[in-house]
Amino acid sequence: MRIVFKTSYLQDIRPWKHGYQLSLYLILLALALAAPLLLDDFYLGELTNVLIWAIAGMGLMVLTGHTGQASLGHAAFLALGCYANIILLEQGLPFLLAFPLAGLITGILGVIIAIPALRMHGIYLAIATLALSVLMDDIIVLSEPLTGGVAGKFAPPVSVLGIEIDRWGTPRAFYWLVFAVTVIVTLGYINLLRSPLGRSFIAVRDSEVSAQAMGVHIARTKAMSFFLSCAITGLAGALMGLFAGAFNNETFSVVISILLLMMIVIGGLGSIHGAFLGAVVIGFLPQFLSISKEWVGALIGGNTVAIPGLETGVFGLILIVFVLFEPMGIYGRWLKIRTWFELFPFYRRDMFKRQKSYLKTERLR
Amino acid sequence: MDNLQLVISGLANGCVYGLIALGFVLIYKATEAVNFAQGDMMMLGAFVTIGLTNADHMGLPFWVAVPISLGLMAGFGVLLDRLLIRRMFGESQTSVVILTIALGFVIRFVAGLIWGHEPQTLQNPLAGRDIRFGGLVLGLEDVAVIVVTVLLTLSLYLFFARTKLGLAMQAASQNQLAAYYMGIPVKRVQGLIWGLAGMVACVAGILFAAKGAVDPNSGLLGIKAFAAAVIGGFGSLPGALAGGLIVGLIEPFASRYIAAGYSQIAPYALVLIVLIVRPHGLFSQIRLKKV
Repeated sequence: MRIVFKTSYLQDIRPWKHGYQLSLYLILLALALAAPLLLDDFYLGELTNVLIWAIAGMGLMVLTGHTGQASLGHAAFLALGCYANIILLEQGLPFLLAFPLAGLITGILGVIIAIPALRMHGIYLAIATLALSVLMDDIIVLSEPLTGGVAGKFAPPVSVLGIEIDRWGTPRAFYWLVFAVTVIVTLGYINLLRSPLGRSFIAVRDSEVSAQAMGVHIARTKAMSFFLSCAITGLAGALMGLFAGAFNNETFSVVISILLLMMIVIGGLGSIHGAFLGAVVIGFLPQFLSISKEWVGALIGGNTVAIPGLETGVFGLILIVFVLFEPMGIYGRWLKIRTWFELFPFYRRDMFKRQKSYLKTERLR
Repeated sequence: MDNLQLVISGLANGCVYGLIALGFVLIYKATEAVNFAQGDMMMLGAFVTIGLTNADHMGLPFWVAVPISLGLMAGFGVLLDRLLIRRMFGESQTSVVILTIALGFVIRFVAGLIWGHEPQTLQNPLAGRDIRFGGLVLGLEDVAVIVVTVLLTLSLYLFFARTKLGLAMQAASQNQLAAYYMGIPVKRVQGLIWGLAGMVACVAGILFAAKGAVDPNSGLLGIKAFAAAVIGGFGSLPGALAGGLIVGLIEPFASRYIAAGYSQIAPYALVLIVLIVRPHGLFSQIRLKKV
């Protein structure tokens, strides 16, 4: 059992609670930095993929996890970021300029799209963003001179400070690039949650009416949340485009939007950890399935069979189990386990019990 | 004359959208949740009927197979409520949305496993026949789709407006606790609604598979049905049908009069416009939220 004894006000705003926690994260950071030296190229690629998904997850987490606005259309912003980045690169801009600009452009477009969406909430917002995600496919095809349409585009190799970075040629450099972006975004996110803006996001999520009563400007806060969320998602999209190498209108389909939302739900809504844990699940599930399929195939003695749609089916099942039994996701489960150890003999089952309410309609006559 | 033909085929398509939207509205009216898997339930209903009817599956006569599959899908709906939705009592709307999306994925996967990914058509006694009406050639299926849909919507509307059970369902959605106090068996009512939604999905599936081919990804049609439900405002049964018809009518006219590439955008663009102009749909019932 650990008791943190606070001796200064600084301890309240520090991102870590105690030195032990800080040291754990530093070890994780060191391990992640050293990963290219420990892993072979294949697993390094997978890890890069997981980090990119984690950035995208953080983007959606700002909006859904912390501001409470469910979006089923974030693949549209992934696409925007990806295309903006590549188009800027093709105009001859250096990567270090094009990449943040891509994020900025996506963020601004996100706000423009969000302004009408600010009046909606709940399912209506989810449906509007879903429609947007479906539309994005057609918009990319229609704006062919800019986006290459159905034929798609190829990501050129980029160079950062004179170092050539290419997904296939120099996977290590690419990993470090993605890792650097991940660290910057994560630190920014942690800081955001400590700032008045982050607090107002959470206030809006928990109750719009009460937040308004506390002097939070709802529309402005939501717009800000959309901006940050879309900007981060745009960065992830840019990296995703570089990682994939080639992409067209179907790369960022509605299914990606839905997967992204499911990912952060499995990971744990309302926590940065959740974005990472969800990304690990989504990144390694295909590997895990193909390995287990081979294993089962060997056990039965037959050849492995290709089952189309297996991944999304299994993913759906996992999600159902989580929504029913652990609505707070993997991170929520981990919190419970950790609390059990920290409070060892005193943990009680009801400590994390959520308050349930009876349904009362919002449709009033 | 050409336009009239477009209108009829558009109306028939719109009826299928309307039926799926009807399923959304049913569940929304009674439980204030949105079932994102309704499109996939439609697909499942279609495949169950195909499995019972088609010669290369079980080969039952059409009119025997239809009631059986209606019953099966109603049972499926009740089972869903029992196993999944009931546990979500008191959770937020968003979690129910996510649950039903996941459910849709699973249904699509299972349907693919059982019936394969090839598009299949329902063998039905109406196929291939048509009615000539002046210079107009109408597929008998199209006419049947329109008639069945209108009848179903009308009876559901009367059910909600006139019968005791229908009123109980509305009461249960408006204030669960008060409904309990008034002696309404809220849980059973909710189970019934899901059964009803399963049945409506099955009807939509049968009509859809009779008109054209169905494959496991047909459930994505549900997105267009959202358009219908949103235009109708989610709370109103005739609104859902009207929305479905509007979406169904816009599609053929858009593909005829608007340049290719722009036409398939029309229904989704319409949703966005409706949501921007009237954030709660055209037939909205929502007022300001109270604390």
